[in-house]
Amino acid sequence: MSGIARRLYRGEVDVDFVGRRKLWYSLSAVLLLVSIAGLVLNGGLNLGVEFKGGSVFSFKAPAAQIENVRGTFNDAGAHQVIVQTTNNGWRVTTESLSPEAVTNVQKAVAQKYSLPQNQVNLQVIGASWGGQVADKAVTGLIVFMLAIILYLTVAFEWKMALAAVVALFHDLVITAGVYAWSQFEVTPATLLGFLTILGYSLYDAVVVFDMIKEVTAKLGTTSKMTYTQAANNALNHTLIRSLNTTLVAILPVAAILFIGTTLFGAGTLKDLSLALFVGMIVGTYSSLCVATPMLVTLKEREPRYQAIARRLAAQSGGKVVGTKAARQPVPAGASNGSAPDVEKRKKK
Amino acid sequence: MLLLLLAIILAMGGVMALNRAFTPEYGLDLAGGTTVTLQAVPPNGTAPTEESLDLAVGIIRNRVNGSGISDAEVAKSGDNIVISVPGVGQEEVVKLVGTTAELRFRQVMAVAAGAPEPPGQMPTQAPSPSTSPSASPSSPGKKGARTPSPSASPAAEGAKTPAPTATAAASPSASPAGRALSAALTNPSPAATPTTAASDKPAKSDSGAKPGKSASPSAQPSQSAVPTVPPTAPADDPMANVDPTGIDPAVLKQFEALDCSKDKGQGAQDDPNKQFAGCSQDGSAKYVLDKAAVIGSSIASATAGVDQTTGEWLVQLSFKGQGPDQWSKVTTTAFNSQPPRNQVAMVLDGVVISAPVIQEPITGGRAQISGNFNQVTANELASQLKFGALPLKFEKSSIDEVSSTLGADQLRGGMIAGGIGLALVVIYSMLYYRGLGAVSVLSLLVASILTYQAVVLLGALAGFRLSLPHIIGLIVSIGITADSFIVYFERIRDEMKEGRRSLRTAVEVAWTRARRTILIADAVMFIAAIVLFFLAVGGVAGFAFAMGLTTLIDIAVVFLFTKPFVALLAKRKFFAKGHKLSGLDAERMSSTVPAGSKTVPQEA
Repeated sequence: MSGIARRLYRGEVDVDFVGRRKLWYSLSAVLLLVSIAGLVLNGGLNLGVEFKGGSVFSFKAPAAQIENVRGTFNDAGAHQVIVQTTNNGWRVTTESLSPEAVTNVQKAVAQKYSLPQNQVNLQVIGASWGGQVADKAVTGLIVFMLAIILYLTVAFEWKMALAAVVALFHDLVITAGVYAWSQFEVTPATLLGFLTILGYSLYDAVVVFDMIKEVTAKLGTTSKMTYTQAANNALNHTLIRSLNTTLVAILPVAAILFIGTTLFGAGTLKDLSLALFVGMIVGTYSSLCVATPMLVTLKEREPRYQAIARRLAAQSGGKVVGTKAARQPVPAGASNGSAPDVEKRKKK
Repeated sequence: MLLLLLAIILAMGGVMALNRAFTPEYGLDLAGGTTVTLQAVPPNGTAPTEESLDLAVGIIRNRVNGSGISDAEVAKSGDNIVISVPGVGQEEVVKLVGTTAELRFRQVMAVAAGAPEPPGQMPTQAPSPSTSPSASPSSPGKKGARTPSPSASPAAEGAKTPAPTATAAASPSASPAGRALSAALTNPSPAATPTTAASDKPAKSDSGAKPGKSASPSAQPSQSAVPTVPPTAPADDPMANVDPTGIDPAVLKQFEALDCSKDKGQGAQDDPNKQFAGCSQDGSAKYVLDKAAVIGSSIASATAGVDQTTGEWLVQLSFKGQGPDQWSKVTTTAFNSQPPRNQVAMVLDGVVISAPVIQEPITGGRAQISGNFNQVTANELASQLKFGALPLKFEKSSIDEVSSTLGADQLRGGMIAGGIGLALVVIYSMLYYRGLGAVSVLSLLVASILTYQAVVLLGALAGFRLSLPHIIGLIVSIGITADSFIVYFERIRDEMKEGRRSLRTAVEVAWTRARRTILIADAVMFIAAIVLFFLAVGGVAGFAFAMGLTTLIDIAVVFLFTKPFVALLAKRKFFAKGHKLSGLDAERMSSTVPAGSKTVPQEA
């Protein structure tokens, strides 16, 4: 381990990300299938009260503690329980309960706090995040996607824009899949967590692409590298940054997830931090192993890069084209594999 | 650069001190708030439709959370609408957003005193038309006071003993000269001259109203309205001066029966396609009004503002669609009519809030409403008008103050966890980047200070409410801020690895490269934030706002702190010579010399 760490620190790593793209594609395909299966089999996400509406119970029990109240409701069969105190006693919001379940809850509460059952009032509440809020959020997302594609097309090129957006969907679907399988509650907080991932995933892909653009910009007809190799170099070059960034961003989230899960068991903290934790790991993975290989696949179809690949293949004995060439590390001498080095040698 | 940053931090601190705001305003989930249930009052005894309820929810949401950052929630609950606003003591706010706010412009057809008066109290019978002009724009000198002095205003005095010429002359309620708006609509000023005569002698009053315009057109660059011709009619027969021509007999009957001292008809749902009898806000006058000429849905924008000359709060409107045409048509008609039909009334929820005399046809699609507003009521009316009228009438059925939705335990846990996480980040960057790690920790500290200040200030000045997702988002954005440093540091190390550069050059060369990456990547975040902020509503918009904010802070910190600070350090021997602990020592970077693996953190 320490050997890998040292090499990472010095930027000596040379992992063939792009060359193993079939492996990554298969892995991603499996993850996506599992996620979609989770969404279908589990009947979608476990949406919170805010999206679906629910039941609100109100009652007076001055002596009760918030933990007790929550426990009583959980025991009576309600799963999503939000407990609030009001100037009028307690207000407890649960998911939409069937009439029997409502009676159960009312009985349990009445018994526990020695109230007449009719003093546990029930009110049915609609979705505060339903309808219009959801519609507008979707509209916003669609416009956002178009704006990002446009921006990346201008700042980079459309192939990069496409690859980045595919990676983004990849991350969102997998994160949603984790929620479907775990049946963690999807609250507005979770939704905002998804949005954070969306930003993070794009951000990460853009940083990686910026490096790829810089390295591959110098590729000419006489260069000694194929686009694949150059992209792979760029990836290795930003690998330390990617790992460091992910680690720095994920440490606080991991701490929140850990504490949220172990100490409290349930609640907003856990719901939100899980989304971020999963999303960030998947986001980093997809920038390196999904977005870049996809970009390379698209770029190697361009005649100029095909020409380079053919020429280099001929030189090395007609053995390799494209992806396989990348397996061979950077030509001797560039042991640290840093792409700017390659450019410099070329200039001399 | 560093000084500029210091200045920014100090300036923000100063503003915080001025506003006495040192802690952020928290959202519903963290601070609790006020929950109000509004019950729909069905128009004709039938249940309100789903569509009208949805529409109402949308409009109310805009009113309480138009900017998207106040973290207020609006939900449908059967036929009720439940509004939750963060913070306690918000009942007023919530109540106000539930009013219908149906605004209509109607030509006045007849005016009478709002309440029956005891006989014998005879108002001035001969209000010479000449009084009117003197009170109107034709007095070129003092254009300021458009409203009568408060003592001369509403009910008591106004209705019973209309102060005659003296008062009117004392407070010439002309519109201010040089008013840019094409319309200045003023409040009814009951203290002005009684118009009984005016209605009696149309010919004269006609000549009375017009001089205002013809006498000093230059002093009246804007066609504005004179104070309303007073509603007070002779007490013996309030109907004597009503010209029934063109008035629906049924409405005339209602008008006769209307007693504004008992029921102002507040919230009455007036049919825009019918004539209507209604009261003024203070109940001192009642009107017969023509069919609505312009309705509230033609309002393009409404803003609250202060009259430059009088310092009075008013609401400025601009019309859209057919609005400008309709508005110009009704003002033209009114202008060509005899008093009191030269007035156009603005009716809000069935109450006449203002009925100015039209001095000139108003084109250009703008108008303004004045009517004893203060800052709060003017802003409130503006936001009600801007976001449209509610399709239903509501009554509030309950008000509760609720605690936060998150247990205090959750919040505390989150804070502790966040603290632990950040401590881990500090330890990690110190181990990995050594001396540079200190720079990144300091940068994060600066970023945290800026973020905290921004959140507090936005809370105090713009109503920004911080909720748990925001806080988690801010913590994540610290990661993204840290990434900017990491990108930069890695670039510096790249340059150093080549060994051909001094640290000072490396710092500069690496900066130009890193800067581009940072800007492009941050632009992506910023686009995300902008699009979602403007297109989404509710919590999503609030979150996008926080995201955009932190992106800007990230750029500010990297440009104003990290870069200059690193450049400064590069001049120090400790870094320039590549001391072991500086994070830039050649030994650890180069592959030729084996490095002690024990010192390297195992981050993989």
